[in-house]
Amino acid sequence: MELDLVTYAVPFLLVGAKTTLLISVFGIALGLPFGIALAVIRTSKNRILSRSADIYCAVFRGTPMLVQIFVLYYGLGQLSIIRNNPVIWWIVGDSLHAAILAVILNTGAYTAEIFRTALLSLPRGLIEASQACGLSVWATFRHVKFPLAVRQALPAYSSEVAIIVKESSLASTITVLEITGYAKRLMSETFAIMDIFIITSAFYLMMNVISLTSLKLIERKLSFGK
Amino acid sequence: MSFDLWVLLVEQGWGLALLRGATVTLAVGLLGMLAGIIVAVPLALLRWRRLPILSQAVDSYSILVRGVPGLLVIYLLFFGSIEWVQRLATAFGYQNSADDAYPFLIGVVAIAAISCAYSIEVFRGALEAVPVGLLEAAKSLALPSYVTFFRVTLPIALRLALGGLNNVWQMTIKDTSLVSVVGMQELMRSAAIAAGITRSPLLFYCAAAGMFFVLTAVSQTLFSRTERLCNRGFSRG
Repeated sequence: MELDLVTYAVPFLLVGAKTTLLISVFGIALGLPFGIALAVIRTSKNRILSRSADIYCAVFRGTPMLVQIFVLYYGLGQLSIIRNNPVIWWIVGDSLHAAILAVILNTGAYTAEIFRTALLSLPRGLIEASQACGLSVWATFRHVKFPLAVRQALPAYSSEVAIIVKESSLASTITVLEITGYAKRLMSETFAIMDIFIITSAFYLMMNVISLTSLKLIERKLSFGK
Repeated sequence: MSFDLWVLLVEQGWGLALLRGATVTLAVGLLGMLAGIIVAVPLALLRWRRLPILSQAVDSYSILVRGVPGLLVIYLLFFGSIEWVQRLATAFGYQNSADDAYPFLIGVVAIAAISCAYSIEVFRGALEAVPVGLLEAAKSLALPSYVTFFRVTLPIALRLALGGLNNVWQMTIKDTSLVSVVGMQELMRSAAIAAGITRSPLLFYCAAAGMFFVLTAVSQTLFSRTERLCNRGFSRG
């Protein structure tokens, strides 16, 4: 019985794991640069820009991601401007794309917070030194600020990655069948609630372990020679 | 448009329904957080004292719950308990009241189970952050161990835990939205019902987002004020 259940459930969950991975990978690959850009804007001198980035982060950190997904997927479809724009509709009209977008927007706000504190903690002397050397603003960022900030932010960002993997489960509320979606279906199908829960959580824990150890490795590689 | 808004929110009473949902959200969040803390403190103590077996059990609970999505925990508790709760309620003749109260109860339990796992880590960290010198000072004054604990360790640890508890609370109040998927009538569910009937999801989901934002913003201010109050006389460090 027990083994039958495992051999029955695992193939479904593997299919779901592919979707979870897809959402998470896109969430990291696009959410990280988005978050870093937001952090740079928030620490910039332009008042209007930094204020609006502040508000963006406060809103996305202050509301549940479930609401954000529902606004994007169910809410925006109500506006005819959006339905008639093929590019936006391609993103918002499809549940998988909407889920990925929600993850990117959400993680961007949290990532911005992480990188903002990292950027603010940089020693002033280094930045003044690079300005004294005549480095442009971009070169200062590229060669001085960013490399240091990444090292600062990495430990906090690795827990954000684990959160992305977990948050991707909310995609199941808008009919995307990822791990949690399949788990729910399997639970109501087989009635072996506890068993399915254990198998599913093994999937999530495995993903967490893999992502956390790979980030640890990156962290170690970056801090080499420091 | 503004006329539509008035009709929808006030004349048809959806605004009131959302407010009622928000109170349920707040109630579930508070009860869940409170129950979580009540359970978390002794578990954190077990973990802090490194009692064999028990502390490993606490650890694996906290790692498991913090590692899997909240949605999955809610599914486990909801689907896992519905059968025997119904059997129990029917046996005692409370079928109807059980059907009404059940989602709320399980919602609170689920939220408590999730927030408890995070609170354990907060309390454990706070207990470990109590300076050793203070404990040694207490020992050198020959204070009995329970006096040391209640007069020295606990007050300092609670103050240290406040910042972490704020984070847990922010997460908990947002996690309550997940309980809507199993049918509890909280803010998110009310918004979904209103959106379905009036066919204006954008308005109602944005309104729900706004209410959540108010909840988190207000509690954030309260927490920072309490924290400032508790940290009076301590150097910021």
